[in-house]
Amino acid sequence: MPKRTDIQKILIIGSGPIVIGQAAEFDYSGTQACRALRQEGYEVTLVNSNPATIMTDPEMADRTYIEPLTVESVRAIIKRERPDALLPTVGGQTALNMAVALADAGVLEEFGVEMIGAKREAVKVAEDRRLFKAAMDEAGMQMPRGGFARSWDEAEEIVKETGYPAIIRPSFTLGGTGGGVAFNPEEYEEIVRAGLAASPIHEVLIEESILGWKEYELEVMRDLADNVVIICSIENFDPMGVHTGDSITVAPAQTLSDVEYQSLRDMAITIIRKVGVETGGSNIQFAVNPDNGEIRIIEMNPRVSRSSALASKATGFPIAKIAAKLAVGYTLDEIPNDITKKTPASFEPTIDYVVAKIPKWNFEKFRDAEDVLGTQMKSVGEVMAIGRTFKEALFKGLRSLEAVKPLRLRGVSDGELQRKLARPNSQRFSYITYALQHGWSIPEVHRLTRIDPWFLEQLKEVMRIQDRIVDRRLEDVPAEVIRAAKEAALSDRRIAYLTGSTEMEVRNYRKRLGIKPVYKRVDTCGAEFESYTPYLYSTYEEEDESEPSERRKIIILGSGPNRIGQGVEFDYCCCHASFALREAGFETIMVNCNPETVSTDYDTSDRLYFEPLTFEDVMNIIDVEQPEGVIVQFGGQTPLNLAMRLHDEGVPIIGTSPDSIDLAEDRKRFGALLNELGIPQPENGTATSFEEAREIAERIGYPVLVRPSYVLGGRAMAIVYDEATLDEYMRTAVDASPERPILIDKFLERAAEFDVDALADETACIVAGLQEHIEEAGIHSGDSSCVLPPVRIQPEHLETMRHYTRELARALNVRGLMNIQYAIKDDRVYVLEVNPRASRTVPFVSKATGVPLARIAALVMAGRALSSFHLPEDLTASRISGNRYYIKSPVFPFVKFPGVDPVLGPEMHSTGEVMGEGDSFGEAYAKAMLGAGLSLPQSGTAFISVNDADKGQAVLLARRLARLGFNLVASFGTAARLREVGLQVETVFKVNEGRPNVVDYIKSGDIALVINTPLGRVSHYDEQAIRRAALQYNVPCVTTMTGAQALVEAITARAGSDEILVHPLQELHAVSQTAK
Amino acid sequence: MNISGLKQALLALEDGRVFRGRAWGAEGEATGEMVFNTSMSGYQEVLTDPSYAGQIVCMTYPLIGNYGVNHTDSESKRPWVEGFVVREASRMASNWRAEETLDAYLKRWKIPAIEHIDTRALVRHIRDKGAMRACLSSIDTNEESVIEKARASTPMENRELASQVTCAEPYTVEAEGEERFHVVCYDFGVKMNSLRELAAMGCRVTVVPANTSAEDVIGLRPDGIFLSNGPGDPASMTRVVEEVRSVIKAGVPTFGICFGHQLLGRAFGGTTYKLLFGHRGGNQPVKDLLKGTVEITSHNHGFAVKADSLPQEVEVTHINLNDNCVEGMRHKTLPIFSVQYHPEAAPGPHDAEHHFRRFIEMMERAHASA
Repeated sequence: MPKRTDIQKILIIGSGPIVIGQAAEFDYSGTQACRALRQEGYEVTLVNSNPATIMTDPEMADRTYIEPLTVESVRAIIKRERPDALLPTVGGQTALNMAVALADAGVLEEFGVEMIGAKREAVKVAEDRRLFKAAMDEAGMQMPRGGFARSWDEAEEIVKETGYPAIIRPSFTLGGTGGGVAFNPEEYEEIVRAGLAASPIHEVLIEESILGWKEYELEVMRDLADNVVIICSIENFDPMGVHTGDSITVAPAQTLSDVEYQSLRDMAITIIRKVGVETGGSNIQFAVNPDNGEIRIIEMNPRVSRSSALASKATGFPIAKIAAKLAVGYTLDEIPNDITKKTPASFEPTIDYVVAKIPKWNFEKFRDAEDVLGTQMKSVGEVMAIGRTFKEALFKGLRSLEAVKPLRLRGVSDGELQRKLARPNSQRFSYITYALQHGWSIPEVHRLTRIDPWFLEQLKEVMRIQDRIVDRRLEDVPAEVIRAAKEAALSDRRIAYLTGSTEMEVRNYRKRLGIKPVYKRVDTCGAEFESYTPYLYSTYEEEDESEPSERRKIIILGSGPNRIGQGVEFDYCCCHASFALREAGFETIMVNCNPETVSTDYDTSDRLYFEPLTFEDVMNIIDVEQPEGVIVQFGGQTPLNLAMRLHDEGVPIIGTSPDSIDLAEDRKRFGALLNELGIPQPENGTATSFEEAREIAERIGYPVLVRPSYVLGGRAMAIVYDEATLDEYMRTAVDASPERPILIDKFLERAAEFDVDALADETACIVAGLQEHIEEAGIHSGDSSCVLPPVRIQPEHLETMRHYTRELARALNVRGLMNIQYAIKDDRVYVLEVNPRASRTVPFVSKATGVPLARIAALVMAGRALSSFHLPEDLTASRISGNRYYIKSPVFPFVKFPGVDPVLGPEMHSTGEVMGEGDSFGEAYAKAMLGAGLSLPQSGTAFISVNDADKGQAVLLARRLARLGFNLVASFGTAARLREVGLQVETVFKVNEGRPNVVDYIKSGDIALVINTPLGRVSHYDEQAIRRAALQYNVPCVTTMTGAQALVEAITARAGSDEILVHPLQELHAVSQTAK
Repeated sequence: MNISGLKQALLALEDGRVFRGRAWGAEGEATGEMVFNTSMSGYQEVLTDPSYAGQIVCMTYPLIGNYGVNHTDSESKRPWVEGFVVREASRMASNWRAEETLDAYLKRWKIPAIEHIDTRALVRHIRDKGAMRACLSSIDTNEESVIEKARASTPMENRELASQVTCAEPYTVEAEGEERFHVVCYDFGVKMNSLRELAAMGCRVTVVPANTSAEDVIGLRPDGIFLSNGPGDPASMTRVVEEVRSVIKAGVPTFGICFGHQLLGRAFGGTTYKLLFGHRGGNQPVKDLLKGTVEITSHNHGFAVKADSLPQEVEVTHINLNDNCVEGMRHKTLPIFSVQYHPEAAPGPHDAEHHFRRFIEMMERAHASA
């Protein structure tokens, strides 16, 4: 069937901010869909609130709206754009829910918009577990026993049928939020009640436990002619009970015979037809009883998913792109396979390698969270690795994770080991290998973990290879053993550790023995046809297929797995570098190991190496490719950490020199430079012990900001007010050592903070974005909202920051991007930090100013003069016209971590961001809040409880809230102060004062807004309870006065207005010619 | 790392390319046509498919043996491949139906095998140079000598193999449930699953040796005739083709699969030719030219029917979308059709199972008009 000609304009909904369970994979799928539809000549309108994405670049769609994903906002876009169709299947659960909400609200009917890909009815069947279960019953498929409960009473009935353990999953939540496994009545009640609260429709599904069953996923595609193909099968290493997003997964399935695989395949085809997903991709999850092969259907996602991104990267079959084409009427046999060129997309990829996906967790950032994995997803990112054996894929994946410090277990007691094996946790893999190394048998480990013995046998085989290396001198390890170790992807570093040598010694030794990797191609077809796409992975075999070209080429090192502090923003920058350099005539070569990203799409760069970003793996690629330049500036801290070592090996790092990078990172060198330039910085020092730390703190005076060196995202960063806390920090939070000293800075209380991004080369420096933080100093810059242009700053301070920025760019010989953090206190501008690399805010600034910073930076790094772009010296001042404000706000994962205090501080916790744009600060902030998923109350009761220092400001805010029609309630002290100025305010108990207290009121829905600044240690418990209650019941809760003020501005801006004004980027910035 | 100690094995191709790996399976030597199969699962079915007689099979999926071997998934009573080539053989069989490891199974049936070679390099070589003769040896480590053995082996062109794999005596497979039709199956190397499919649809099947005369077949008064899959070059089957030609003149509904399809093509007066490296795997897209749909199918053929050699009264009904080769045909007036691929799957997807129903419907119509 040819493509449809009755539709011209298609609306694509993105997935919004990065959150746990919905990450960069939807930037990848959305970007592919935009490209595919535009190639087919359709006009694409895109809406996504997340500015840090490639898909929201103005070049990707005809009309790009970075606006909140709410019914009101999307309705306004539909009203303006009048699209013919809506493609809801490439923006994750968010887009699907939004499409259903638009349909339910009558918006689609009102404006004649057709849902393509999946119709509302099909989405409902797949998403509503009751309807899905009914459909499965009709199709003769078994789902786990159980049922739905909308109340505790109903739940009590259902558990009689399921027994314990029982699995509880709330309906319509992301990543299984609010679900869990209950082993006893007490846990059952707790989880059911939390689940009912978490579900937007107050419903939970309760099911029999199939814990320990084998878990499989199939990625299915269907076209309008009813052709169905399976793209990939995935087997979970961790059996049922661990969310698939938290499981190590492997493609293809490893332990199913063809008979069993084909029966899953048949079921998958029946299910996609039964549910009625017309076109595109779906993901279907199965559980298989390892004892008898019984099968249960777990769920179906009628859309492109995290697993389909993985399947696309694992097979080379671009699911999202093909799904978009199928949605407009093409059939699979009409679409060519990009990789083989000669064969069509109507086939099932076959692979001749093994793919392992390993999740990355950030439990260390949530100190009070229990490190336990269950049905609620907790990982923040993932890596994928490709190898010719499972062993190779797995161990390559493990080193892709960039564990700062590998967990090297010693002296674990049998009891603890047993517990760690039986209860899934983020470190379980290390405990499994420990057990296997310490004489535990495969059946024992299997009994505790329920992990298939086949996987355990593979691990055991690697342990056996290690046994042949450990405690021998490197030169005494025979070549065949080194080769076996490399075939199992044991890193040079690992071999060095085992033999007490250095990584370089191992590298040189094995190269002398002729043990070098070769590169094979991912080709969708197991080499049956020739591949025209250099999508490569390394292995230790005979034949090399890399075929490097003789062209001028540049390697871009990506940012590895997403984690808090290093997310999609850096992938955005890497992709831009690739696009720009490709256009400038270079061959671009991407190295990355994150399957969620646009950068690991095989057509983003000329060549793609799906490899870990370690020194060893990168050097191996450089040996083969011999590039003219390597870019380390765009991938965040990951490639930057390699810069010096690559440089020492003579690798041409382009852009800012590794020496300058080191200068900016080295406290002593940097301090000396600032002194020389006469630029103030907070007093500071470097400590390797508690004694040193105490001395420094005494010298510079408390409070101090403490943190380990060389980290991103404020890992283990804390503000310390006294010696006792400092002592505790030094003892518990970090291991200080001469190699890893602790940095101590004077903390500038209540200072205003700024993030400045700049572009520079030898002769020019462009100040790109002068972003004012909305939260005051002490909140990690990644967790603070920020606004462009600044709103509360004196012009002379702006000038000072511009001046310092230029000075620093010159002194550091910056070529490319640079980010500087400033603080202003008592009319003095301080430099807090300089990073001569792309920062987290580059995409935001690019979207707000309409100038593609990363792209320009890449061209500058490749040799073009910055002056040739004819940019004004200060983009913020000259590019943001009229009264327009752009605000970036963070989004937090606290709701996934029970027991964690959702308070902001110097350690970063946010996973993603949104942008709000408006013609006033309040309007922009309101949109940012809506985009971040907060409800902005227009009326109701505001609870205020602030510390003494904030009371003056609290009076002003309370007055404004009262004028807006809010009722005021306050804690005893705050209420007294508000009454003094004549405000009507009721007093409520704090948590430890009696009941009903403020938490009770929040839970019963009587409080619409919470303003609560910390009062210090004594009331910490109280405040935490308030914050958690507010989080759970989605009541806006601000913990800083500056944040409160901004929120009141936002409420004021939205007061009395139902309509939301939306603007496409293409209108906000007449398309920039500057980068051409 | 090796299953049977660290014994070396060699795989040599007739053009002189040699792969050094580790021996597993039985100790010994084998020659045959070197081919590859792209199915990621189903090695047991592949090993026991009689169509692989005379061939050394390389699996493109690198990890083989993971789920072991059981007694229900075999396509015949024994493995037929001459030798077996994989990247890594699993030491462990992990599946609730597994009864023994693949290594033990191959040893039991005296099939030599090699692992730990760059199978992708081997596949790319065959893809570019074509399927060719090979020798796999774990007893001779002299490269030149093993290459010579490959060169000295029988080429697949014009090779007759059906007589080696066909049944010695006719036998009957009873219908499941009520018997609706009696089908005679020409056994050129029939896979069990074809017989299971027919039986499941109510056919009593009389399986007859490949050299059974047309007269004897007609004498069995069948409602339908099934021409099975099998190994070898269809061009070598001149006598059988004559018999098939006589059989189909009788107007009995006839269904051919794979080798049976090729013999039908020749019986119609068409010609067959050898493909460069053939189709072997479970992911081949076949387009039904009459319905416009695409099915994902299981293939195992090194020869094909030449489209323009077929007479007017025969039409091509199915083509392979990868290379447009003929995958199905039917007679325009007589109740005869055939497919080049494997509707019985095993291993592979079940998309094409409906061809068995097509055959049943054909017999129903014949009954109705009789």
